[in-house]
Amino acid sequence: MTLKTPPVARPLGVAQPSPVGTARTLLLAGVLLCLLTVGMTGFAAYLTITVAETGVWKTALGAATLVVVVLALLTARPLISGFRQQVASTTAAEAGDLVSARKFRARAAQSGWTALGSCLPLMFIATFTMFLLANDHAVQTTFFDAQFMAQSVGDVTVAFGENIKIALLAEAFVLVWALVIALARLAPSKAGRPLRWLATAYVDVFRAIPSIIVIYLVGFGLPLAGVPILSEMGPMWSAVLALTLTYGAYVAEVYRAGIEGIHWSQVSAARSLGLSYGKTMRHVIVPQAVRKVTPPLLNDFIGLQKDTALVTIIGTVDAFTQAKMYSSNYFNLSSVTVVAILFIIITIPQTRFVDRLLERDARRQLSKG
Amino acid sequence: MAFLELNDVEKSYATNPVLRGITLHVAKHQVVCLIGASGCGKSTLLRCVNALEDIQGGDIRLDGDVVSGEGIDVNSLRRKVGIVFQSFNLFPHMTVLQNVTLSPIRVLGVPRADAEKQAIALLTRVGLAEKADAYPDQLSGGQQQRVAIVRALAMNPEVLLLDEITSALDPELVAEVLNIVRDLAADGLTILMATHEMSFAREVADTVAYIHEGTVLEQGPPADIFGAPQHERTQAFLKKIIEAGRL
Repeated sequence: MTLKTPPVARPLGVAQPSPVGTARTLLLAGVLLCLLTVGMTGFAAYLTITVAETGVWKTALGAATLVVVVLALLTARPLISGFRQQVASTTAAEAGDLVSARKFRARAAQSGWTALGSCLPLMFIATFTMFLLANDHAVQTTFFDAQFMAQSVGDVTVAFGENIKIALLAEAFVLVWALVIALARLAPSKAGRPLRWLATAYVDVFRAIPSIIVIYLVGFGLPLAGVPILSEMGPMWSAVLALTLTYGAYVAEVYRAGIEGIHWSQVSAARSLGLSYGKTMRHVIVPQAVRKVTPPLLNDFIGLQKDTALVTIIGTVDAFTQAKMYSSNYFNLSSVTVVAILFIIITIPQTRFVDRLLERDARRQLSKG
Repeated sequence: MAFLELNDVEKSYATNPVLRGITLHVAKHQVVCLIGASGCGKSTLLRCVNALEDIQGGDIRLDGDVVSGEGIDVNSLRRKVGIVFQSFNLFPHMTVLQNVTLSPIRVLGVPRADAEKQAIALLTRVGLAEKADAYPDQLSGGQQQRVAIVRALAMNPEVLLLDEITSALDPELVAEVLNIVRDLAADGLTILMATHEMSFAREVADTVAYIHEGTVLEQGPPADIFGAPQHERTQAFLKKIIEAGRL
């Protein structure tokens, strides 16, 4: 049997090719922004070289800003190639080769966006440089006085050892203490109920109190109350205790999430082999949970490390305390900037490490499908 | 007297009854296969025997001793009754050897060297000795399930429960697992298994029990159940199985 209905006529519009369009506006915007960037970076470089104080800073910042100017000039490169592609596109369109015209137009637009994307961070750098040099480079001398930074860096770094000591000790205690709390929160059966309540109350309370308050209360309160042993710990151990209490609550929740995230069939498998609840936890569940929660746990540890700066309120001589002594003597905050830089130095590798762990886990999840 | 007895066992989740009076006897060295539709209670029954689930009525006896209800020593029961699951449930953070030796070392107190020797012997038997140091995610499904069987056997159980152990496997991997079960049955191990592998059940089982909505509707030698099922529901079930080309 043959089809009797005639084929439906296609509407005219469909047969017409989609328009080629143009990247001209985008490229023009790119040119404007490029010129602005070159101007700003040039001005920033000029300011740096003329205004900034002499010595190390002048050379270093001057060189750095000149590099930025060169980079700003380099943003013209994608613009030039963008214009070339645009010309090619127009030529192709006139010759009737719409496929090529669209291709060159797309490349031109891509070049335009590349130029815009490169300009923005450079403008940010230029603005920041001008901020530093504002008010006859007052900002720079307040926060980044090279000479003063060099003068304070030795003592501040030595005092930073105290932060690291407090952090490492607290982290070691937190690892154990938080696991105890997590297991108590998950204590099984009716008999475990009071334990669960107690652990829940602990977590609720210590997650609610700001760590600076806990440090203050432990550091000043315990000696004031004259509690035996606890009152004679000294500020360093008070800080370790306070941070362990606070971060123990956070990390306990991390552990708990990890333990609850292990599929119940693992418990079935372990129990069916005759392992008791405790042995199941110890050999099967907790080892898997710890592996799972390593990234969030390290994140909490980074938070803990930064909170070691809070111990300054109870008179522990840490990096921040030391830096404040310098800054109040010289009316200059550059020593505190040194502390900030030290924290950045120890923290960034750890955050990158956490990112890598997370990526690895994501890949594993994917490969399991 | 049967070695493993289930007498009028009842089990419900909240108000939803799953087992409604199951009576089933397994003699020593026997292989009993449980067949029936998904959700009929086969897996729950096996989990009850291993005390992974508690029961609300009836009792379960092993070698004459009641092993269900309050006050029983579940850990000592589980030393005698091994179970292998549909989804393998190997411990992913341990090597094959560690998976197999964990409970002999931690529960039975076998010295590590002896436990490892026994584990290697068992792994050799199932053809996986060279995988002893591999992690579960490096193994195929069939290999993982063979390791899971070895892990249960390492405790020298008197009864082995197999819960649809081939259901999660790709078709071409089923045989390697069933061959091991066939081997164990020939050696005289007492086996209670839930399965959808009807031809295997017909070949290996001493008794086949058809479970329907939490009761044993019909049981007997495989020739009777598969050849001349009495109950119309059994007939209907087997008809569907045959239509699917599984028997």
